[in-house]
Amino acid sequence: MTKITPPTGRALIGAALALGVGIAALPAAAEVESRDPIKLTLHDWTGQLITTQIMGEVLKKAGYNIDYVQADYIAQFAGLKTGDLHVAMEMWETTGRDAMDEATATGKVENLGETGMQAIEEWWYPLYMKEKCPGLPDWKALLEKDCAEAFATAETSPNGRYLGGPVTWGGFDDERAEALDLPFEVVHAGTDAALFAELESAYQREAPILLWVYAPHWAPAKFEGEWVEFPPYTAECYNDPSWGSNPDMAYDCAKPRGPIWKVAWAGLKDKWPGAHAAITAFTVNNDEMGAMITAVDLDGRPIDEVVAEWMAANEDRWSAWIQ
Amino acid sequence: MADALPRPAPEPVSPRHSLRAAWAVAALAFVILWQWGEPVADWAFDYPRGWEIPVKRWIGDFMKWLLEEASFGLFSFTDLTRFIADVIDVPYRIALSLLSTGFLRGQGSDAVQVVPPLPWLAVIGIVGLLGHAAGGLRLAMITAGCFLFLAVFGQWENAMVTLASILIAVPIGVMGGLLLGILGHRWRWFEAAITPLLDLMQTIPIFAYLVPILFLFGFSPTAAVIATIIYALPPMTRVSMLALRSVPSEVRDLGRMIGCTRRQMTWRVLVPSAKPDLMVGVNQVIMLSLNMVIIASMIGAGGLGYEVLAALRRLDIGTGLEAGFAIVALAIALDRLSQAAAARKPVHAEPGAARQPLWARHPYSAASLVLIAVTAPLALVVGWIESYPAALQISTGSFWAETMKWINVNFFDQLEAIKNALLLNVLIPVKRFLLGLPWPGVVGLLGLLGYTLGGRRLALTVAVLAFLIAATGQWEKAMITVYLCGISVMFAALIGIPLGILAAERERAGRVIQVVIDTLQTLPSFVYLMPAVMLFRVGDFTAMLAVIAYAVAPAVRYTAHGLARVDPQLVEAGTVAGCTPWQLLTKIKLKLALPEIMLGLNQTIMLALSMLVITALVGTRDLGQEVYIALTKADTGRGITAGLAVAFIAIIADRLISAGAARTRARLGLQR
Repeated sequence: MTKITPPTGRALIGAALALGVGIAALPAAAEVESRDPIKLTLHDWTGQLITTQIMGEVLKKAGYNIDYVQADYIAQFAGLKTGDLHVAMEMWETTGRDAMDEATATGKVENLGETGMQAIEEWWYPLYMKEKCPGLPDWKALLEKDCAEAFATAETSPNGRYLGGPVTWGGFDDERAEALDLPFEVVHAGTDAALFAELESAYQREAPILLWVYAPHWAPAKFEGEWVEFPPYTAECYNDPSWGSNPDMAYDCAKPRGPIWKVAWAGLKDKWPGAHAAITAFTVNNDEMGAMITAVDLDGRPIDEVVAEWMAANEDRWSAWIQ
Repeated sequence: MADALPRPAPEPVSPRHSLRAAWAVAALAFVILWQWGEPVADWAFDYPRGWEIPVKRWIGDFMKWLLEEASFGLFSFTDLTRFIADVIDVPYRIALSLLSTGFLRGQGSDAVQVVPPLPWLAVIGIVGLLGHAAGGLRLAMITAGCFLFLAVFGQWENAMVTLASILIAVPIGVMGGLLLGILGHRWRWFEAAITPLLDLMQTIPIFAYLVPILFLFGFSPTAAVIATIIYALPPMTRVSMLALRSVPSEVRDLGRMIGCTRRQMTWRVLVPSAKPDLMVGVNQVIMLSLNMVIIASMIGAGGLGYEVLAALRRLDIGTGLEAGFAIVALAIALDRLSQAAAARKPVHAEPGAARQPLWARHPYSAASLVLIAVTAPLALVVGWIESYPAALQISTGSFWAETMKWINVNFFDQLEAIKNALLLNVLIPVKRFLLGLPWPGVVGLLGLLGYTLGGRRLALTVAVLAFLIAATGQWEKAMITVYLCGISVMFAALIGIPLGILAAERERAGRVIQVVIDTLQTLPSFVYLMPAVMLFRVGDFTAMLAVIAYAVAPAVRYTAHGLARVDPQLVEAGTVAGCTPWQLLTKIKLKLALPEIMLGLNQTIMLALSMLVITALVGTRDLGQEVYIALTKADTGRGITAGLAVAFIAIIADRLISAGAARTRARLGLQR
């Protein structure tokens, strides 16, 4: 068998370097349960590439054979169920929950717990909009007519325009706008890329925009702005209509800050128990991840360099995972 | 495809005036239902949930059965599909090792490279030699230049991964398509059986069957190759059937006279004489395969498609464009090579050639081997022979991002005004109109149209398919789809047909247009979709632009091709008769090229529908979105049901246009 990964761009440099490191480390590596490669999936956003490569490097230090495979975020579950793929390092609470639940329910995929990162997802505006709508970030400012009009476009006027995430992300924004009686029309972007293309465009022109932004991501680092402060999320708010300002509707509060999960093929535990334990133990936090994403996406540094730096600075942490 | 239909029924039974009366009655009934029907017949406007056919559940259950239980006794269905994947995997691995990874021993990070991949210089040299062999120095320059472009812009590694999968997918697609075409040509019933299947293959959005493909063929680049073949093969089959049928009867007679067997007739007579037409199909397979690069990268094919996706997710427009144009460069090189190879006259061995040494008989192969033999060992010691030196790579860097910013800051308001004018005056009214129509009325009118154009059978096909869309609870999304694709196809035809005429009439313009449409068809739409979002925001307008850009190609190509094939003697006759150039064009050439133009329009509709999923990426609410949602929820039943609805729309449009074309042709006395 030949190597599966089709190396590409930065990932290639990373993989090539990793390959070198891996071979060099071989003689010193401890005995592991199986020398078959553990396949970690790579998606198309930087944070996930970093998370996955940190995990991969750590497993290599423990002597495991690692392979990185590109796979679609959702379509990968087909591979995780059959054991064609083994580990997916970032499964976001809001965007991946349905697919993850469906997969874990079959018993062929296992949830390995939280990554330690918390996904923040909320309505967000660039700082310059505060001049036109001084009451922000308090959500009640959005109720005012002038403020909503400041966010309006020809199609939505006199209502404001809120650009929500792709419908597949869920998030209950249509319900939220209605429950809080916000004079806003919710428009859904089709993809993540489209969402930030609009933000970039508006920011260049200092044009009004109110949209769904999430973290960890490069956007909050690149653009100056703030999250709207809704009444804090509680489980009752989502389940119980009588909770909150609107007695008849749920969702009259902020979005939950969901964890980012790790998932794996259920057979991982039996085939590579040590790796299973290490992946389960893996944690990083939002701040360090945010800094690494910024280093790669905005400062243009190679991923493997940033990962190597993290590895050098956090040796105590990751060596505990592979104990 | 016009001919793909069973011959239209002879003149419908009813005399013309009674048909006209039927139309009047139907139109009246339709208007009454549409205008005043809502209070009394609510069900005609909103298909009742209780009447829905649970196709989603059936398909979901069937897939489950197929994956988990279906068996041929000794082995299960998935064993079979996995075996197919393994077979395709062998040549793919070899191609990939040769071009990108090198031959490795061991797996994953344990792998050790035994033999390195071909040095970039050797690959460029071989491509140049291929170009020279097929089309002389000029082509050699073009192909080598395209590959040099890949190296200079730092896309070499990604491009070789993509090339490896294309090198496997295209030959399988072409041979498979040709074989199906030959079978369809030989047996009418086979043609009738596969035509709907081809329509389904080409129009069911690939996202709809992505999840089942991954289950069946495993999560590997091979699954991506298989998905690519499914998508890229149908035009080859269609073109083959059409091309074989257009072989002049004199040629057939000749074949019969000299006593050809059936096999000789096919392979020695029909296929060679249809070669120029068949090459249109090869061209389409290459273009469509490269078009799949983005989606293929989502299921593990990697390569340039992945680079495009990742770049645009960080809004790095420059890198996205560079990777996108690398796909175009690959497409141009492969397309020109295949075209030239087909046009080459067969070379007959000179007497005494057998006595020449082997290398003299195969100079190009010999030169390639020498090239590899020289560069490969040198590559081990000299870095720049092995891979293009990073220091010499060029990047457009932030140029494109700055350009976009400049356009955005300076012209956004004007563009917004144009967009709003079109949206408010064309798009939204059409959408409202279509959404307000009662479904039984639309089904009825479509049926009547089918009857008028093609008789009872066509009427039944069209009406049943339209009804099924309603019966699966997808009417509203289907109407949005019809509106979005309809408007896009209209614009694409308005732009494409005149361009096709220009390309056929003026050779120099033709060459430029050819490059432009090749670029549009192979440049991943994602590359221009995101800049379009920056200028036009998410929504239907942006989606329409993307669909037009992608679907305009066949309208141009088939028009030009159709005009080029018009019998020169007829044109001559027109000239002698004193026609002005305009009369020549409109009265003779365009009329004679009409079947080809219709075929082009048909392909335009097919491509527009196949772009649906992409439009979902900019927030439309059509069937494409339904498919996309189903993909993200891994809901096979829902995805395929929506995909089938898309296919039904395509088939309805196709059958009606084909029947209309057949009638027109009969009226013009063009019946072949």
